[in-house]
Amino acid sequence: MAGSCDSRARLMQGNECCCEAAILAGLKFFAGYPITPSSEIAEVLAERLPRVGGKFIQMEDEIASMAAVVGSSLTGAKSMTATSGPGFSLKQENLGFAAFTEVPCVVVNVQRTGPSTGLPTSPAQGDIMQARWGTHGDHPVVALYPSSVSEIFDITVKAFNIAEMLRTPVILLMDEVIAHMRERVIVPCADEVEVVDRVRPTVAPADYLPYDAASDGVPPMADFGTGYRWHATGLYHDVTGFPTSIPSKVDFLIRRLIAKVESRKKEITFTKSQYMDDARVAVVACGITARSARSAVRSAREKGIAAGLFQPQTIWPFPSEMIADIAGRVDRIIVPEMNMGQLVLEVERAAAGKCEVVGYSRVDGEPITPDEILARLEEV
Amino acid sequence: MANKFEEYLRPQFMPHIWCPGCGHGITLNALLRTIAKLELDKDKVCVVSGIGCASRAPGYLDFNTLHTTHGRAIPFATGIKLAKPELEVIVVTGDGDGAAIGGNHLIHAARRNIGLTVVMFNNSIYGMTSGQYSPMTPSGKSATTAPYGNIERDFDVCKLVQASGANYVARATVAQPRQLSTYIERAINTKGFAFVEAQGMCPTYYGRRNKLGGPVEMLDVLKKNTVTVQAAAKLSPEELKGKIITGELYQANDPEYCDLYDNLIKQAQEVAGK
Ligand SMILES: Cc1ncc(C[n+]2csc(CCOP(=O)(O)OP(=O)(O)O)c2C)c(N)n1
Ligand code: SF4
Repeated sequence: MAGSCDSRARLMQGNECCCEAAILAGLKFFAGYPITPSSEIAEVLAERLPRVGGKFIQMEDEIASMAAVVGSSLTGAKSMTATSGPGFSLKQENLGFAAFTEVPCVVVNVQRTGPSTGLPTSPAQGDIMQARWGTHGDHPVVALYPSSVSEIFDITVKAFNIAEMLRTPVILLMDEVIAHMRERVIVPCADEVEVVDRVRPTVAPADYLPYDAASDGVPPMADFGTGYRWHATGLYHDVTGFPTSIPSKVDFLIRRLIAKVESRKKEITFTKSQYMDDARVAVVACGITARSARSAVRSAREKGIAAGLFQPQTIWPFPSEMIADIAGRVDRIIVPEMNMGQLVLEVERAAAGKCEVVGYSRVDGEPITPDEILARLEEV
Repeated sequence: MANKFEEYLRPQFMPHIWCPGCGHGITLNALLRTIAKLELDKDKVCVVSGIGCASRAPGYLDFNTLHTTHGRAIPFATGIKLAKPELEVIVVTGDGDGAAIGGNHLIHAARRNIGLTVVMFNNSIYGMTSGQYSPMTPSGKSATTAPYGNIERDFDVCKLVQASGANYVARATVAQPRQLSTYIERAINTKGFAFVEAQGMCPTYYGRRNKLGGPVEMLDVLKKNTVTVQAAAKLSPEELKGKIITGELYQANDPEYCDLYDNLIKQAQEVAGK
């Protein structure tokens, strides 16, 4: 495929690839605070962003970085922050603010072993539920989860596009192993990358209601400084943006925010399947664990076991309908994950008793190997 | 001129939430008077606040306004300013919001010398949460969480901001609204980080609990306790106890952060172009 530039294969580290994709998706502002295993993202962007006229700032902590990203996005700049484990915990309050005020941004969390400082900086998949419920109160969430360096490329671009399309923060969950792994990636030319920009108002400033959503539930968003003087607040607000405590308006807002994401679920759900057509036992796995599972499922097939793999790349909103469909076709679902059992809870909920669901946890700071998953497949 | 600043208000969202006699209104008035005098373009002004009574101000102002999370107004404002330096970004914060939970952000924004104007509405108490002590509640005073009198020392936030690297630091009280306006004007005209502490008053919680009388009596107390920075230079530490030192406390002309960043962009692009 020949593009207008020299699109080419490159050997890239996961974190570096995330930066490359972010810039092609239109990233113009990054604020962060150093923490392994995500620091390369800040380091690469500190060098790259000014070259494309973008801005990089190292803030005093993760709370401030999340705040700065929301501030810059309000001026119209595509914005991102990146962190790991403890830093992701610190981002939560302002992540909730971004979801509630509907300010698009991308938040990368390269997971590490927790709780607390944990096992710096061994891999873990312990933030699946934090990504969903980390900030207080009901709120919409989109979280994407790549399993290879080239998936990081595609998924990062998608993260920006979804953030812009739905006016919502998108969380990019990554595994330390993939963030630090080097793999071959085909980097496309800028004009080959599909880039989505937020919808801006077409009405005159005097007629602009900042939270008056179009039929898709997403209100057009004016950049600060362009004549549309509007108010953003973390208080419940009506279509004018001004605070309200009228129960019907409160109820309307939170339901619209949830529906805005849920109603576009099909469009924003990305998954990968392997040998699922005739599988009797399915492995459901994300990130680095999906890679091991891919190899385990292949070996199982060689041994005559009807195994398959379902890999959600979108984990929030959770692809419940697809899991329910799988649960109706298989005898058993195995959910290996590097935590004490988070993804398995969602799978159980979606399977709703239609098949057996078993979890498998590894929590010693080491990735789950293909052999471990194969052993579970052979248990049938 | 008298009511010119009314065009900067959003009357449709009035009445405001502040108690009768609250000092915050005087500080807001001083801010708006200044913006009117400077004839700032409403579209290019952005007012950012945290959480608290003071922080509710932006909702009533007809600018680009952002009411954020407790203590975090400055980093939100930093993102706005760095992404769009042509905006006049003004932060409205309380003494709890800016000096307690947001203290670290205040230090680092001053250290970067980023071109924000921060106006701290210091009412010596946490007003919104009904009268707990703040880092700026004077020692010995009463608060709901200091029922036996505050044993902590209140700190001089202006000294903190000066030491952190700001280009402009001033303090006035709400008993001197014209002086307050003048300082806010110089703060807005400062390139680099500018800070004005407006010593105000919360009659509802601080005043009542400390038996200071109503708003009028509290204004009298403010006047009585105020010394100018010039007069203060001649007084002993003993004589200065309990006094509020007002005036322009510090001025510098160090390079502003967004300007430095623009230079950095030029450099980076030159290197890349080679
Ligand atoms: C993270 C967080 N902690 C605590 C609070 C509760 N809270 C709201 S306002 C406030 C203090 C406000 O005091 P100050 O900043 O002095 O402003 P004032 O209300 O006195 O104007 C506190 C503690 C909060 N909203 N968020
Ligand atoms: S509680 Fe105090 S600070 Fe808050 S509005 Fe009332 S008087 Fe003002």
